[in-house]
Amino acid sequence: MAKPLHEPGLVLDGFRLEDVAHRGGMAAVWRVTRPDVTTPMLMKVPRIDEGTDPAAIVSFEMEQMILPRLTGPHVPKCIAVGDFARQPYIALECIPGKSLFARLAELPLPYEAVAEIGAKVARALDDIHRQHVVHLDVKPSNIMFRPSGDAVLIDFGLSHHDQLPDLMQEEFRVPLGTAPYMSPEQLRGVRNDPRSDLFALGVLLYFFSTGTRPFGGRETIRAMRRRLWRDPIPPRRLRPDYPPWLQEIVLRCLEIEPGYRYPTAAQLAFDLTHHDAVKLTARSEKLKRDRFTTVLRRRFNKELTRPSRTALATHISSSPIIAVAIDLSEGSKAINDALRVTTDRILATLPSARLACVNVLKQGRITIDFTLDEHGHNKQIDRLVALRHWAAPIRLDERRLTAHVLEAVDPAAAILDFAKSNSIDHILIGARQNSLLRTLLGSVSAKVAAEAQCTVTVVRPPPTADDDAAPAEKNPAPLSAAGGKR
Amino acid sequence: MRIALFADIHANRQAFEACLAQAREFAAERTVLLGDYVGYGADPDWTVTTVMELVDKGAIAVLGNHDSAIGNPREQMNVEARIAIDWTRGELGAEQRRFLAGLPLDRVDGERLYVHSEASNPSAWIYVTSAYEASRSLSFNPAQITFCGHIHRPAIYSMSPTAKMTAFTPTTGAAVPLLQGRRWLAVLGSVGQPRDGNPAACFAMFDTDKRELTYCRVPYDVEQAVAAIRKKGLPRWLADRLLVGQ
Repeated sequence: MAKPLHEPGLVLDGFRLEDVAHRGGMAAVWRVTRPDVTTPMLMKVPRIDEGTDPAAIVSFEMEQMILPRLTGPHVPKCIAVGDFARQPYIALECIPGKSLFARLAELPLPYEAVAEIGAKVARALDDIHRQHVVHLDVKPSNIMFRPSGDAVLIDFGLSHHDQLPDLMQEEFRVPLGTAPYMSPEQLRGVRNDPRSDLFALGVLLYFFSTGTRPFGGRETIRAMRRRLWRDPIPPRRLRPDYPPWLQEIVLRCLEIEPGYRYPTAAQLAFDLTHHDAVKLTARSEKLKRDRFTTVLRRRFNKELTRPSRTALATHISSSPIIAVAIDLSEGSKAINDALRVTTDRILATLPSARLACVNVLKQGRITIDFTLDEHGHNKQIDRLVALRHWAAPIRLDERRLTAHVLEAVDPAAAILDFAKSNSIDHILIGARQNSLLRTLLGSVSAKVAAEAQCTVTVVRPPPTADDDAAPAEKNPAPLSAAGGKR
Repeated sequence: MRIALFADIHANRQAFEACLAQAREFAAERTVLLGDYVGYGADPDWTVTTVMELVDKGAIAVLGNHDSAIGNPREQMNVEARIAIDWTRGELGAEQRRFLAGLPLDRVDGERLYVHSEASNPSAWIYVTSAYEASRSLSFNPAQITFCGHIHRPAIYSMSPTAKMTAFTPTTGAAVPLLQGRRWLAVLGSVGQPRDGNPAACFAMFDTDKRELTYCRVPYDVEQAVAAIRKKGLPRWLADRLLVGQ
């Protein structure tokens, strides 16, 4: 054991070392304080002595480059970085509580709980992927949660940043990562595919829902290489009550070929939060692993898991989630047709995009609403059918299409909330020019366009001769209480 | 301190003017010019005169192989470069030619080294095309950070304390921290004749406090630069390549 370089009470660049929170093979983590900072902080100090693995230093350098460039709730805030010329360190926000690792004793967890954890982690991954980073070491001990519920990813020592030199890439010829969670392409040295993180999350979901690791826990290269051609035992085989939707999601994450997985973490989060909308393919029913011939074909197919050459940003921007807000009230045919034309145009260029069709079932502010209408129809289901009917001419693969009926008093707020909680990239919404409701209540599309955090396209129907003749106020559209958007 | 670095201007007045304007906007406090002010382009006299003015105001300039060829006809070159240099010689005044002849092969500025090509033997004008040349350049020169040009394609190489090399193609506008723990070789893109498929002029900004290097791309009036080259009767390809950045 090397002589400790630091002792409690030492002050480094204004940070006072209090006590050691964790001492790992590569670095020691200290609890530190600084008079001008009130939040709890940690300081990561790498071990540098004779015999230190060069990997430890390079990994620390990577974290020093990446962490200060990341923002948002899903990463610990980086407070200061000390360079290698004097004393290398990273001072960062201390996330209270324990990592997901602490829950290993409780496995398997209930399916709903696993999906909830998975959705939170997927949203965190989506956030860092959009910031040009692939984590590459997603595992329970690297996942924490804020009191708000947001997942926080920690330890970026193995990560790849699409806009920074990858110091790990050239340095080591062995696969980098944690054996049970490592994706097939990572084993082959690919470090720039965000779908590697989805594979690792798939391993975690499998493990947390079955109590068994899909590829075992062994760390030999030989044992790890099997996942290049051998698929895991389907979870339903281990737990007969395993929900088909969850098996569909988990096995899709664990696809050997990255192209068969979810294209983005946002799309995975979407499915994890909308179980009933998950398109169930043969995956969801599998009870056996792939046939021997399939495995053999993979075994000798060099094309699989070839390095991807697309930049991270390009990959993500080609797989957006698009939400289209459809008004199902009377007299909205023209606007809905116009919306379909625009939707079609956008989807034509984006083969990995997903479409979420949304309708708002308006609730009275005071009255109690019933699910059934006066004829005993279920309004929710009627609306879902109508949404699918609207989307049918687009001829979209069912895996890329979902329909949602939101119940709300304020349609604009409901659409904005849906967009935010589902990481929607683009909202398409119609605006009616001549509507009394619009005049009375204000425009839903205007509010959505003004307040959404994503891109919004406001679609208008093609002008008719009528529009030119009559001024807006004198040509009210039929008033309909069930109207969602104008 | 914010340093603006320019390499391979190659007498392209339109591109150089656009880059200088952008660097002023970024509040550059020092200008570094990494050679090849002439050759290929249509405005050698204006370009060298501008470089001389910048040097008068404190800019650092080093010699490039095309600049060297002006007073040194034995310098090895391909046919098009040769034709352009022979034409350039007749365009430059005596003062400009004297200025070029007096430029140093490299300059040290604190922990930084400025040089036109591979630094272990600057007068051999070796291209840094891979980690191999980069490693030689870094091994034979003690500077912490080397800036060079010559190849007209942006790249950043780093060498770890254990002499492992990494290579990286920088993204426009994304600041890259040049970490203290390792040594760096930054190859600049070209101002006046980019060859990485992007016709926009390239220069770089280095912030010495943050040790961050940012590659910048500036769109400029390529059509005008192309028309000027054609008008001077220079080889057609020298004009056409500017349109495609090759």
